[in-house]
Parts: sequence; C-alpha cells; structure tokens
Amino acid sequence: MHRYFPHTEEDIRAMLDRCGVAELKELYSDVPEELTLKAPYDLPEEMSETEVRRHFDALAARNIPLEACFAGGGFYDHAVPAAAASLIGRSEFLTAYTPYQPEISQGTLQYIFEYQTMMCRLTGMEVSNASMYDGATATAEAALMAVAASRKKRRVLLSATISPAVRRVVATYARFHGIELAEIREEGGVTSRAHLEELLVQHSDVAAVIVPIPNYYGIVEDHSGLADLCHSKKALLVTQCVAADLAVLRTPGEWGADIACGDAQSLGIPLSFGGPYLGFLCATKALMRKMPGRIVGQTTDSEGRRSFVLTLQAREQHIRREKATSNICSNQGLMTLYASIYMSLTGANGLREIAMAGHNAALYLLEKMTKGGRARLVYPDKPFLNEFLLETDYPAQALIDAALDRGILAGIKVDDNRILMAATETQTREQVDLLANIASKL
Amino acid sequence: MNKKLYGKLVFEISHPGRSAFRLPKSGIPVVEKTAAAAIPAALLREQPLDLPECDEPSLVRHYNNMSTNNFGVDTGFYPLGSCTMKHNPKINEEMAAHRGFASLHPATPAKAAQGALALYWELQRALSEIGGMAEFTLNPFAGAHGELTGLMVIRAYHDSRGDAKRRKVIVPDSAHGTNPASAAVCGLEVVEVKSRPDGTVDVEDLRPLLDDTVAAMMMTNPNTLGIFEKNIPEIARLAHEAGALMYYDGANLNPMLGVARPGDMGFDVMHINLHKTFSTPHGGGGPGSGPVGVRAGLEQFLPSPRVKRLPDGSFAIDAPETALGSISATLGNFAVQARALSYILSLGSEGLMQAGPLATLNANYIKESLKDCYLLPIEGVCKHEFVFDGLRDKSTGVTTLNIAKRLLDRGYHAPTIYFPLLFHESLMIEPTETESRETLDEFIAAMRDIAREAAETPDVVRNAPHDTPITHPDDTEAALHPVVKFGE
Repeated sequence: MHRYFPHTEEDIRAMLDRCGVAELKELYSDVPEELTLKAPYDLPEEMSETEVRRHFDALAARNIPLEACFAGGGFYDHAVPAAAASLIGRSEFLTAYTPYQPEISQGTLQYIFEYQTMMCRLTGMEVSNASMYDGATATAEAALMAVAASRKKRRVLLSATISPAVRRVVATYARFHGIELAEIREEGGVTSRAHLEELLVQHSDVAAVIVPIPNYYGIVEDHSGLADLCHSKKALLVTQCVAADLAVLRTPGEWGADIACGDAQSLGIPLSFGGPYLGFLCATKALMRKMPGRIVGQTTDSEGRRSFVLTLQAREQHIRREKATSNICSNQGLMTLYASIYMSLTGANGLREIAMAGHNAALYLLEKMTKGGRARLVYPDKPFLNEFLLETDYPAQALIDAALDRGILAGIKVDDNRILMAATETQTREQVDLLANIASKL
Repeated sequence: MNKKLYGKLVFEISHPGRSAFRLPKSGIPVVEKTAAAAIPAALLREQPLDLPECDEPSLVRHYNNMSTNNFGVDTGFYPLGSCTMKHNPKINEEMAAHRGFASLHPATPAKAAQGALALYWELQRALSEIGGMAEFTLNPFAGAHGELTGLMVIRAYHDSRGDAKRRKVIVPDSAHGTNPASAAVCGLEVVEVKSRPDGTVDVEDLRPLLDDTVAAMMMTNPNTLGIFEKNIPEIARLAHEAGALMYYDGANLNPMLGVARPGDMGFDVMHINLHKTFSTPHGGGGPGSGPVGVRAGLEQFLPSPRVKRLPDGSFAIDAPETALGSISATLGNFAVQARALSYILSLGSEGLMQAGPLATLNANYIKESLKDCYLLPIEGVCKHEFVFDGLRDKSTGVTTLNIAKRLLDRGYHAPTIYFPLLFHESLMIEPTETESRETLDEFIAAMRDIAREAAETPDVVRNAPHDTPITHPDDTEAALHPVVKFGE
C-alpha cells in the first residue's frame, strides 16, 4: 500500500472478514458496473518526497525571479514575520477543523476572539466576524448583508474608484442574487459626491453605498458627511478598506460606517500568487445578527472558567438552509491567526511605522519616476498613502517589460499609458533608483 | 492535548513599551513633504490604536500554549463525518511555502509566472481526470464557494439558451446545509426531494418535480448517509430529459477515488473540496479550496480569469468577459492548490486508486464492529462514512450529544452529530483511509465502553466531558449577552 496508508495485507484481510466480504471490490457492489473505472487514472506514478521537491523546484524555475514588487492594487509586498509564518504551522492549529467541540477547540476559538477584538480596534467598528474568503467576496457579502438587513430595498451603489477586480466580483454576486447595482462615477480620481446625491434622489430603494479607503488609485478620499447623507436616505454606509492602512487613516468607525469590509492581506500575509488571503467583515452592533459567517463569543464553563464558543449560529447557513442570505461555511480560519500574530508582533507603533515607511517610499518613488518630466501623477492634487497612478509618456507595458528583465515588478498596467505603483517598507533605495533608471531609458 | 486550560489572551500578556518589531532599513531618505503630498489631518485616524505590545519570546509561548488546548488530526483520531479529516502530509506544507512562489504578486504578468500557471494547469488537469470533467477552475475559495460558482455556471448556461424560467434547484432533504444556502444566494428556488428510508433519492418522488422550470439537480454521491445512489444513471437521465443539469457536491468524493468518476455518473458540473479529498489542512475552518469542474461544452461558462495553455506549451491568463463574470479577484487560494498538487503527485495514480477503497473499508469496519450496541438505521455496505441513530438501547436516556462529549474524554474528536436531519440522534462517523487498524480498534473499544457506561453508570456519560480543558461552556449565555471582543 502507499506510504500514507497504514494497511498491511493482513490488516485488510482481517478487516474484510469483519465486514463479511471477500474483497475490497465487494464494498462497491452497489456501484453499477458501467460506472466503474476500468483503468487506473491517467496520472503520473507515485513520487517520493525528493521527486516532489524536484518537481516543484522545476515549476518554480519557470517563474522569473523577482527581487522587488511595486505592484499593489489591493495586495502589497510586506515583510513576512518568521514567527507568524512558523506559528500558524503549529499542528494543533493547522490540522483542526471548525471548532464545533469547544471543549477541545479553545485554541482556535481563542485566536478568533483575539482577531475579532483587534479587527474591531483597527476598523473602529463594534463587531467582527471570524473572516471571509478575500476582500472581493467580503465586499460582495457586505452588499448582500445590507440588502437583507433593509428587508425591502434591493439596490446597492458601488463607487467606480473601488478596484475593478472587487467590482467584478460584487457585480457577479449582485446579478445572480437579484440586487440592482449602480456605479457611482469617478470624478477627479475620487467618488463623485454629486453623482451619488443624484443617484440617491433618483432611487428610493438604496440599501447600501460602498466607498473605498483608500481607493484603487491609492487616493485617500474625503468621506465627510457621507454617513449622514446615506443615513438620511436610510441606506447603510459600507467602506471597502485595505486593512493595514487603517492604522493611520481615518477609520470606517470614524467615518460613521455601518459595515467595514475588505482584504487583510496587507497585514503581512505572503502574496503567494493570490492566496490564501483574508477577507474581513466588521459592523455596528445593531447589525451583528445580520452578519454572515462565524462569530466567536465569550462565556463561562460550569466551573466558572472563561471560555469561548461559536455563537449566534442561528444566522448561519447550516441552520437557515434555503432561507440563508450567505452560504459561507469554511472561511479563512488560519489566516485570522496569522493576522492576530502579525498585529501582536508589530503592535500599533509597528503598524504605523510600516504604513509611514510605505508612504515615504511611495513619495520617493514618485519623485524619482517623475524627475525627467516623462511621467506625472494622474491626480496631482489628491492625497495618497503608499500607492499612486502615474501617467507615462512611454508605454506602461514597456516599463513593465524592461523592469521584469531586471527582476522588478514595476506596477500594474491600468491602460496603455497609465501604471499603478505601490511601495512598502520592503523596497530599498537601490531598487527604486534602478526602476527610475530603467524608466529614464525608455 | 494539554487538558489544563491555558486561557490567557494576548491582551493580557501585553506590556506597554514592548515590541517584537524592527522596521527594515531601506536607505530611502525622508522625503520633504510638499503641501500637496501631505494627507490632511481630517483624513487621518484620530482614535489611538490599541494593539498588544509584546516581545517575541512571550508571543511565541503564548500561541504555542494556546495551541495545546486544541485538537487536530495531528493530535488524534478525528472521525468527523462529511469532513474527511485525513492525514495532512508534511511535504505539502513545504511545497506550499516554496520560495519560488511565496512572494509572487497576483498581478505578475503571465510571462514571469509561468511556473505558477503551470502548477494551476497541472492540478486542473489532474482534477479533470479524477472527476471525469473537461475543465476545472481552481478559483473558488472553499466548498460552499464552489457550490455557488457551480450553480452560477448552470444559471449562465440556461440563460445563454434563453431558458430563463429555470430557477429551481432540486436538493435531497439529506443534503449538506450549504446546498440549499448556495442555491438561495445564487437566486434559485430550492425544491426538496424526500429521501427513501435508506437516504437515497426516491426516483418516483423526483419524477413529478422535473419540469421545464428546473435548472439543476444537486446531489452528493455517496449521500450524507454514506450510501451510494445506485439509481444515479436513471436520475441523471430523467434530469437531462427534463433539460436540467446535474450538480455533484464533491464533499463526499473521497470514497469514489479509484472507483468511479462523477462525470461518468452523468454529472455536468461538480466541485471538489481540496481540504477534504486532497488532504489540504482544514486550518481551524479554512483556508480551503473548492475547484469547480464542468463537462465538455460548458467550459465557456467558467468564471474569469482562466488559465490557458497555448499551442507552444506556455501559459496565459485569460480574463474574458465571460457569461458568469468573476467570483474571485485572483486565481484562488494558490498555496492550498499547491498542497493538493503535492498530494496528488505523492500518491500517484496507483495511490489514488487505493485511497477510496481503504476509506470505505475503514468505515465499514467500524460500522460492523459497533452495530450491536449502536443503532444502525440502514443495513448494508456504506462508503466513506455511515450514520448511527444513537445507542441501540434507548432506555438509558443517553443522547448522541452525551456520547460525543464522552468521546472527548477518551481522547477523540467527536463525530458529526445531529446531521443528517433524517434521524433524531444522528452520529456520523468518517474515519478516512489514513487511520490504522489499531487506531480503529481503540476507537471501537472506546465506543463500546461508552455504550456500557450508558447502561451501568449513565450519569458519567450524561455529564461528560470530565477531562477536557473546559467543560460545559454556557452557550445560552453567550448568545443572550454576546461578548464578541475583549474588554466588553
């Protein structure tokens, strides 16, 4: 038998005897003959660990090794703390499932409770759930949640300044779920307040307004008066955020948001070509019972010990079945542990230092990239934290291609002559200078 | 597992002034801020951020100690039905953290990410071979996300044919809770079809439900009772005749490894839980991965982006405006996909062929060894799992919940309880193929002891657990006065 299966021939014989059958095949006597496989899978032969390593090494060798990443778009190249990466690999955390049995799952329940607490503090919200898949699906679920909470309203207004990748996912969920989605126009790089007001006058059935912190172009938008405006129309304000940026930016809570959602990959989670990341969803206490996903609550056990359990489960899919407004079951459990460890390692000061180092590096990058006059900020009068949209006299693709040859991912091409560039605490002056130098030769 | 509660929260080991963090030196000079570059104060955070202040040694101990109050597959036997808690090989972790992939940004152009795209492609092809499908998308993040995606594929297919009145999904009453929930989120109406006493779909009950408003029939096979739906060819034929598509919930795929493929059973669309059948760790509730496969002719309805193989053997990321749209911002939980590929390569064709039958053998072995003391509502062979309806002797008053809690004292994770909803005292046991006969024998002995205790000293079982870090947490209080963050 294969090395992962403990069965000896003798075991199999004895076990078949107990089952009263002569051979393994008989355990499948109820499977119609015409359905059964007639030949082994057309797949490679068993590999030893050494062969598996060689195989992955060969795959990895087909990637171009990159030393610096100036691409963002919602996902950022932050330093990965060794302790966070190592601790989430602890067997008891890694190989457990959903904490259905609280008596032997206090580890999982406790870290989710820590995570919920830290996310509430970071976002300035009152309640956090135990995670969503990623920022895009978290935003889609926030839209579904707002519609369900409103009972009769079926319309959601989504700012055009939110990442297109997120908007695409929200649009898919909305279309299938029967939600009317309208886009709030972009004006000068930010959500158009005038258009939003127009839409709110035009439609009396708006359940939620979704705006970004910061937006896709890296711009920190001014949401002053927005919560009052939404609430006067009985619509909920939803902010879609880059989690780590909230260490320095005005928080969803401070803007008066009802729901905060987004991706927490920015809390040092490895980029890993797209996942696993960490979607988050926080809300006001008034909306707690409308939240999707799992929530961990504190209680005491029969001996008076502080204990943690999954709570308010009547909201969840396995109870509500066809009446559910969310189907989420498994979420990104282990990544909440990563986020908790990361935030505990950095502390508030560390998170702020990281954000401000990214801000300074982005300013330096901008200065270098615009020096020769052949590239400029698309929205020069708008504040940004660590990401900006650059208009280039040379093709954006040419910059990306030339930089790749030197081991640098220059950014995300938005269109022929516009490139989105981000900086974090991980890039060095040499790397920025090299990139600017490459650009100057285009 | 440490039976003494560790119990501290990170906020309680925090001490002002401590830090485990140093900013890397970048050499980048401090940039003189022009007025335009500065972020106005009104856009900055006002409320001070209160996060723990800790040193690294204390933090490492904190989380390690916390983990010792947790039970995982690496701790002991975890026969949680429908969750396929098999061994998670360590090589998979090493491959998931491979340095060649770990720092790859999702927006990396295809020409710089050929290895990552090849990995995606290889896994996609392997799953297609195992599922009997034409193509898989690996983008969905979990099983339920896969169900939702698969149902969207089905709706997009019907809509593309101008057949928009198909808005019903037929779901057996024994189905996983996510099935009806996914259908509802997808904007579909759920029609329940009753099970026969053995939990299989009643073809006669199904027949009148199949009309031109039905989009899909959604099934697991084997079903949640571990029984193979032997009428599946007939069910698929009826559904297809009515113009509906067949959806396969892959949560129970494990026992079919090496035996039969959903595509050959007549399913058109399916999802696979990589964290079940393909051994990626469950992580306390994720991250998982729920790839969705479709039969030939439905590929164009898969979500965007897709990975394409070009005639020269290289790979491209194709982001067409498909009928479905996107269900993820990226190509999914890549590091989970890497683990599954590592597992498939480690097993190889031969190992995969062995997995299903051994999982089924293990389940039948437990069932046959315990059916004299636990009530087996459905006789005959099961597949990867089976359901007892509590104890055989109903006079003791000992419930399934009591038995589950007593198992914790004995060093086991409990089976899935009170599901499926077909019986009052469901106790759903799934051992998987990676458990040895000795482990099963010990578990069987523990279950027999509990049955004996239920008769002789029922209070010992009723008041269990006795030997766990906490006991009898007050769920009612937690729900009545929710405390969902520290310091509330």
